[in-house]
Amino acid sequence: MKLGSLIGSWPVVRQLEGDPRALGRAARSPRQATIEPRTRGASHVVKSVCPFCAVGCGQLVYVRDGQVDQIEGDPDSPISRGRLCPKGSATKSLVTSPLREYKVKYRRPYGRDWEELSLDEAMDMIADRVIATRAESWEEEREGKKTRRCMGIAHLGGATLDIEENYLLKKLYTALGIVQVENQARI
Amino acid sequence: MGSNMAENHPVGFQWPMEARRRGAKLIHVDPRYTRTSAMANTYVPIRAGTDIAFLGGIVNYILEHERDFREYVVRYTNAPVIIHEDFKDTEDLDGYFSGWDPEQKKYDNTSWQYAGMATHGAAGEREMGSTRGEAAGHGAAGGHLRHGEPPEEDETLKHPRCVYQLLKKHYARYTPELVAEICGCSEEQLIEVAESLCDNSGRERTSAFCYAVGWTQHSVGVQIIRTASIIQLLLGNIGRPGGGIMALRGHASIQGSTDVPTLYNILPGYIPMPHAHAHEDLDEFIELNAAPTGYWGNLRDYFVSLMKAWWGEHATSANDFCFDYLPRITGDHSAYQSALGMLDGKVKGYLVLGENPAVGNSNSRIHRLAMANLDWLVVRDYTEVESAAFWKDGPEIETGELVTDEIATEVFLLPAATHVEKDGSFTNTQRLLQWHFKAVEPEGDCRSDLWFAYHLGLRLREKLSGSEEERDRPLLELTWAYPTQGEHADPSAEAVLREINGCDSEGKALPGYTELKDDGSTACGVWIYSGCFADEVNGPAKKVPGQDQTWVAPEWGWAWPANRRILYNRASADPDGKPWSERKRYVWWDEGQGKWVGEDVPDFEETKRPDYDPPDDARGPDAIRGDHPFIMQAAGRGWLFAPSGVVDGPLPTHYEPHESPFDNPLYSVRSNPARQEFPRKNNEYAAEGDDAYPFVLTSYRLTEHHTAGGMSRTTRYLSELQPELFCEVSPELAAEQGLEHGGWATIVSPRTAIEARVLVTERLRPLTVQGRQVHQVGLPYHWGFKGLVTGDSANDLFPIVLDPNVHIQEVKAASCDIRPGRRPRGPDLPRYVESKRPPTVIREGKQDIDP
Repeated sequence: MKLGSLIGSWPVVRQLEGDPRALGRAARSPRQATIEPRTRGASHVVKSVCPFCAVGCGQLVYVRDGQVDQIEGDPDSPISRGRLCPKGSATKSLVTSPLREYKVKYRRPYGRDWEELSLDEAMDMIADRVIATRAESWEEEREGKKTRRCMGIAHLGGATLDIEENYLLKKLYTALGIVQVENQARI
Repeated sequence: MGSNMAENHPVGFQWPMEARRRGAKLIHVDPRYTRTSAMANTYVPIRAGTDIAFLGGIVNYILEHERDFREYVVRYTNAPVIIHEDFKDTEDLDGYFSGWDPEQKKYDNTSWQYAGMATHGAAGEREMGSTRGEAAGHGAAGGHLRHGEPPEEDETLKHPRCVYQLLKKHYARYTPELVAEICGCSEEQLIEVAESLCDNSGRERTSAFCYAVGWTQHSVGVQIIRTASIIQLLLGNIGRPGGGIMALRGHASIQGSTDVPTLYNILPGYIPMPHAHAHEDLDEFIELNAAPTGYWGNLRDYFVSLMKAWWGEHATSANDFCFDYLPRITGDHSAYQSALGMLDGKVKGYLVLGENPAVGNSNSRIHRLAMANLDWLVVRDYTEVESAAFWKDGPEIETGELVTDEIATEVFLLPAATHVEKDGSFTNTQRLLQWHFKAVEPEGDCRSDLWFAYHLGLRLREKLSGSEEERDRPLLELTWAYPTQGEHADPSAEAVLREINGCDSEGKALPGYTELKDDGSTACGVWIYSGCFADEVNGPAKKVPGQDQTWVAPEWGWAWPANRRILYNRASADPDGKPWSERKRYVWWDEGQGKWVGEDVPDFEETKRPDYDPPDDARGPDAIRGDHPFIMQAAGRGWLFAPSGVVDGPLPTHYEPHESPFDNPLYSVRSNPARQEFPRKNNEYAAEGDDAYPFVLTSYRLTEHHTAGGMSRTTRYLSELQPELFCEVSPELAAEQGLEHGGWATIVSPRTAIEARVLVTERLRPLTVQGRQVHQVGLPYHWGFKGLVTGDSANDLFPIVLDPNVHIQEVKAASCDIRPGRRPRGPDLPRYVESKRPPTVIREGKQDIDP
C-alpha cells in the first residue's frame, strides 16, 4: 500500500475529510465495499402487517426462491415509520420456527401418542363430529322459549385471525346454532 | 395507566416519546416501575386493583376545584340531565346503588333512568328483556327520548339530582387523603397528576389516556375505563386531536375480532345476539335494541342487510328476513362458562383456533382439566401448543391428577398458515383495517383459518344436503359461494371483504352504511365496515406512504366507520361549529360551503347545521341536535352517568379486588357485589383478608414474548432473549421471606403453587396502605410446558372470577404467598397446596353459571 493511501485510510484523517462524527464514510471498512444487504437478492417484496400486537406496524416481506428471506419494517407506514420491536423483528423466526407443524396430528381417545392422518380425512372426521355432537346437544327450546341452538360445541379463537376469517367463522357457527363462540378479546 | 406501553407496544410508544420531546408531560401510574415509568416525567406507584380510587380522586379534584371544561360539559355531556327521584347512590346505601337484588346478585336499573321519561322503564325493560343483566350489546340506548332530548335538565348544574351534582356527591369522599390510604401513593402525587391533567386540557390543550389489560383484567374492569371516560368528558378531551382514551390491544386484530365478532353476545357491528325471552320476532328485537334517536335508530337497516348477506334470497320480509334462523342466547355463554360446561359434561366438542387456554386463560389448570373431559378437540396452530398436548405432557400428568390412558378426548392438531402465507386484513388498535398480502404458499397441510372455515362449511353442507330437519335449513340456505384459487382451493379473502362491505340490489359495492336499507335491497356483512370496499377498491390495502400525505394519513388503510380517524370529531368544534382554538382545530362548520370540513372525515351529517333543532317527531339521526356530537347515543351526548349498558352501576365505585388483603374503607361492601364467582373444586378462593396469602399478586407481559407463548416461545431469538419465568420482588420482601436474587421461589395461591426464578428489584416497592405495609409480587405469564423454552404458567395461580359486564377475568390482582426454594414435584404438589390452605379457604358456594 502506498504511504499516501495508508495515511488516507487512517480513521482520524477520514474523519477530517468531512465526516467529523465518524458516522458515515469514515467508519467504513474495505470489506463493506464488497458486501450488500441480503434483501437486495429478493425476487420480490410484499407489503404486510406485523402479526403480534395491535399497533399494526408495517412489514416488508422479502421473498427469494419462494421462501421468506427476510422481514423488515416498512418505512412507508405512517404508524411505525419503518420500526419494529423485538417481536416484530423476530417475525421471520416465527414463520420459519423449528417447531412448526406441517402435517396433521391425530390422537385417538385414550391414545398414548400422536398418529398420522391426512388433512382430507381429518376434515371429514371433524365434520362428522360436529354433526353428531350438534344433533346430540340440540336444544330447540328452553323454558318454553325457542332457542334453536347447540350447547355441546364451543369455539375459542385467537385475535391474530384475519377479520375475513372471523367473519366466516361467526357466519358458519351461527348458521349451525353454535352460540359459544369466543375469542381472546374477552381473555 | 394500566399499560406498560414502552415494553408492550414499543413502536406505538414512539409517539408519546415524540410528544414529550415537543413539551408534553408523560405520566405513568402503575404498580410496577417499568421502562414506561423510566421514560415518564412523573411516575406514581399504586397498589394493583385500586385504579378507580385513584381516578375517582381526579374526578373529585376536577369537581371540587371546578376545573371542568364547562361549555363542553353542559352542551356535550349529560351533566345537566336530572335523574329519576328513586335513584340512590352508593353513598346512601353503603356501597350499593338502588335496584340491588341480593338473591340474584343483579341490579334492576329502573331507578337509574332520566327523570320524567314517559315510560321510565324503557331502558329497564330492555335490561330485563335480555334477562340477568345482559345489557343491550351497544349500550347506547338511553330510552325513548322525544326528539332526542332528555325531559328534565338544569343547565346551571345546580339541581341536586342533575348528573353533575350526583357525580359530585358520589366522589366527594375520594380526597387525596383517602386515595393515598387506598392506593399507597402520596397525596401530593395524586394532586400533581390531577393538576397536570387539568392544566393540559381545555380549549388550547388536550390530554390523552392510554390503557391496556392492566385496566380490563379486573372484576371492575369496565368501571375503571368508565372512570377515565368521566375524566375525559369533564375535561373536554373526547373527539379532539390529542385527546381520547386509547385502548392498547395486545393482538394484531383484537379490535377486528370484536367488530367482526367471534363473541357469543353480538353479531357483526355490535348488533346484539337475540335473547330467547326478549326477542321473539324481528319487530320486538328492533324495538328493544334500537334507540329511537341517534344512529342506532337505523338498526333495522343494519340488521336486515346482515340477514341478506347471510341468507340471500331466502331472507324476505315475509319471513322476518330469517330472524328465526338465529340461535338465541339466554345468559352468559362466554369462554369461562364453556370451560366449566366441559367439566360438568355439557360441552363435548371444542374448536381452538390460534389460542392457548391451557396457558393463557385465568386458572389455566382448570382449562386443562376441562379439556380432558371433552369428546373431541380441534386445535389449529403453527406448533404443538400446550392446549394440543395437555393429555401427554401436561403438569397434571406428572402430578397424577390426569392419566393419559384414561383421557377420552380425541384431538386433532391442524397446522395453520401464517400471515405471510395468506391474504387478509387485521384491524389494529385504532380501528384501522390493514391488508397483508400473501408472500409465499403455505407448506404441507398448513392452511389459513379462512380455508378451514370455508371447507368445513362445504363438507357440513354436503353431508347434510338431503336433510329434512328444520334445524339444518339455516346451514343449507346460507350464502356460501366464494371464488377459490390455487391448488388448495383457497377462498378469496377479498371476496369475503367485499361481502363485509356490502352491495346493492344490482350487486355493486356500497359506498357506506348510510346507504343500507331495511327492505332487503341491500346486503352487508358488517355495517360499521361498509365503505371499506367502496368503488370496488380494497380500502385496507391502500398503502400511500405516510410521508406523501397529510398527518392524518387517510390514504393508509381504512378506518371504520367511513375512514374516520377520530370518532365523535364534531366535538373538536364548539357548539357553534367553530374550532375550540386555532391550535386544536380539526373539524369545523364552513358556513360558505354549508358543510362540515376539516382534517378528517367529519363524524356528523355533512350538511347538518350546528344550530339544527330537530322537530318533535324526528327519529334516528334526524333527532340529534346540531350541537350534539355523540351521535351514537340516543341524546347525542357523552355519558358521565350511564343509565343503562353497565350492569354494576351507573357510576364507577372503588371496590377491592375479589382477593385482597384489605377492607374497603369506603363501604362495608368489600368487592364488586355484581362480580361473577365460581367457588368450586380447583377454583378455590382466599377468604377476605386471609393471612395465609398476605401478598398482592399481579401478572404482566414482556417485550420479548406474546401472551401464552405460542408465537414467541416457539421462536429462537425470542426464546433466547427471555428464556425463563421469573418473579419480581422488592428487596424488603426478599429479606422478609428469605428470597435470594437468581434463586428459586415458590408462589402459592389457593389454586396451586408454581416456581420461578427470583428477581430482587426496586422496581417493585412496598406500599403503605391503610397504615400497614403491603408487598406486591409481579409475574409474567408467558410460560408453559411446550415450546423452545418452558416453565410454570403464572395463570395457574389465578382464580376464575369475572367482571359482570364483559366476563373478563381478574388476573391483575389476587392474593398469594411466596417462599424460597422450588415447588414440590409430582403428587407432592397437590398435597403441598392443600397443606397450605387454611380452613377458611372458600371451596364451594353459589356459582354464577348460566345455562
